[in-house]
Amino acid sequence: MSPSAIDPTSFTCPAPLKQAERIVLGHGSGGRLSAELLRDVFLPLFSNPVLDRLDDQAVLEIGGTRMAFTTDSFVVQPLFFPGGDIGSLAVHGTVNDLAMGGAKPLFLSAGFILEEGFPTADLKRIAASMARAAAAAGVAIVTGDTKVVEKGKGDGLFINTTGIGIVPEGVRMSASQARPGDRVLLSGPIGDHGIAILAKREGLEFETEIVSDSAALHGLVEAMLAASMAIRCLRDPTRGGLSSTLNEIAGQSGVSIQIEETAIPVHDQVRGACELLGLDPLYVANEGKLVAIVAPEAAASVLAAMRSHALGQEASIIGTVGDAVGNQRAGTVTMKSAFGSTRIVDLLAGDQLPRIC
Amino acid sequence: MKYVDEYRDPQVALGIAQRIKSIVTRPWVLMEVCGGQTHTLMRYGMEELLPPEVELVHGPGCPVCVTPLAMVDRAIRIASQPQVIFTSYGDMLRVPGSNSDLFQVKAGGGDVRIVYSPMDAVKLAQANPDRKVCFFGVGFETTAPANAMAVWQAKRLGLTNFSMLVSHVLVPPAMRLILESPSSRVQGFIAPGHVCTVMGYQEYDELVNEFKIPIVVGGFEPVDLLEAIHMLVAQLEEGRAEVENQYTRSVTYQGNPGAQKIMREVFEVADRKWRGIGSIAQSGYRLRDEYARFDAERVFEIGEFVAEEPKECISALVLQGLKKPVDCSAFGTRCTPMNPLGAPMVSTEGACAAYYQYRRHTYVTVSH
Repeated sequence: MSPSAIDPTSFTCPAPLKQAERIVLGHGSGGRLSAELLRDVFLPLFSNPVLDRLDDQAVLEIGGTRMAFTTDSFVVQPLFFPGGDIGSLAVHGTVNDLAMGGAKPLFLSAGFILEEGFPTADLKRIAASMARAAAAAGVAIVTGDTKVVEKGKGDGLFINTTGIGIVPEGVRMSASQARPGDRVLLSGPIGDHGIAILAKREGLEFETEIVSDSAALHGLVEAMLAASMAIRCLRDPTRGGLSSTLNEIAGQSGVSIQIEETAIPVHDQVRGACELLGLDPLYVANEGKLVAIVAPEAAASVLAAMRSHALGQEASIIGTVGDAVGNQRAGTVTMKSAFGSTRIVDLLAGDQLPRIC
Repeated sequence: MKYVDEYRDPQVALGIAQRIKSIVTRPWVLMEVCGGQTHTLMRYGMEELLPPEVELVHGPGCPVCVTPLAMVDRAIRIASQPQVIFTSYGDMLRVPGSNSDLFQVKAGGGDVRIVYSPMDAVKLAQANPDRKVCFFGVGFETTAPANAMAVWQAKRLGLTNFSMLVSHVLVPPAMRLILESPSSRVQGFIAPGHVCTVMGYQEYDELVNEFKIPIVVGGFEPVDLLEAIHMLVAQLEEGRAEVENQYTRSVTYQGNPGAQKIMREVFEVADRKWRGIGSIAQSGYRLRDEYARFDAERVFEIGEFVAEEPKECISALVLQGLKKPVDCSAFGTRCTPMNPLGAPMVSTEGACAAYYQYRRHTYVTVSH
């Protein structure tokens, strides 16, 4: 065709879609859409000093005792996956949200939304798994609720758990406390849970099965706090992965964070699956890992404590908290590659989407 | 990890970068055709490794980016029909049409599903005989064989409830368009390795002879791209214009004859509209008449679509390598992945998204 037929300047692109009129799946991804939902819908209406801290748990002072309080809902599919099931996940998830506040988890509630027709045998199996997970974590399920919805109005089973714990004297952790110079510690390889779920859901098979890392982390936290109280903040990088967690911390603390790609452990199988599917492990969910922001002088002792705990054997220091200056403005997370170049580690808009080719 | 780590080895990469520096004597403008290659360049910050003489401009090889707005609107119209299961690769779901996107259709009750292979869509059609299963067949030559195979299988299985909305485009006509454009600055191409895995690189002989421009088939890892750049710079410095193959572990001159056979069986070459570029003669595929009953545009009566594309973004220029994403006044401010003005800001293979995701700190101070 002749070049004169093409006038590149005459081509344009579509106007953006305005504010979403309906909830899309991305609103539950833990990325930027989730953050917008909080900012635009819930926070303006519910605002109070405790909620506005936006930590994984509310810390409330009642009668001189500092109590941690949190809730989480579990909608995972498939219900059973390598390394766990929705029941153990519902215990671990809420225990971990308490643990990230440094709290000793004590009591859980459990709410079940069951779909008509759901096999009772599966429910028994899931409840037994919850009981085992709770006993292992040293928490008691002390109250609960059951609802049944019509066939087609639910996806088999949803579970909500709420948890209460006690925050020990002297422990004050929040995602707003990261300071320039602090070190960023990660308790182990990332991406296991998300890829285990995806592999099971999509029928992907690998040489060795990828197993979810689902685990209760309060024992690890206790060991870390015994090593040093100079832990500023703990977060478990669940949905949205490590990148979302670091972005949240950087944003809430008004700092920048620099991490090193080569310092972040990822299991080979998970890397392989991510390569295949075009996913970035930094955005894949974990259910048994934590990120700790630690004062520089305490980093070595906290790391040692992590490595001597079963759930932190592969812990490493993955980066540093920096000032918010110039290009490294508040809330910016950057990663240095093995090539020495630096790139932004962004909050994704919604879910990671497998690419076309 | 084998076949990955050795192509991401920083020492090897730095060694090749050094070799490029040692042979370059003057400025050269190279285009990597494929969005996957752009993504690697941005992700690894490879421009920082290259000598200032070597400039990379980014090509049109982003399937999501070049799929016309009217085609996205067609997909949305089909997906909104109650009896339809609409299946697509994940990338396409967030691409805005004129008024909506496929995620919004899904949220509104449409049955829209992400699949990893078009064969999964065929299986869905088998499992749901009372539903109409439509697959959004987008992409370059890379995805065409699998899409052709799905249609061929559907015919073999005698399925009457499977169809494909075909929006396939071809690489060589787009490269020709760029070469024929008077404003093009491109002096050498890194040809897309995955397309060439299917098609071979015999197609490029004609372009090289006609335009006297070097073309090197390149892979997608940092070491692949640096090797390809080294081969191009060597050709340019020596005054050669040849087709060479860097991606030898995957690409042969003839390509994959089995894949080409199924493509020829199911598809025929046709004129295609490219988003941001316009209609290019003989630049894509459509289903052959023997497979007409699997053609979603013929199966579903969805009428004509004339999509109005309001002015703002410069993606036409970006997709042809005439401008870089950061040359756009809307980049990172009025245009972000949350509020994309154009498809290159949506797709993971889009040049604008790659700049935004990985490198915007180098260029702009972004307001959140």
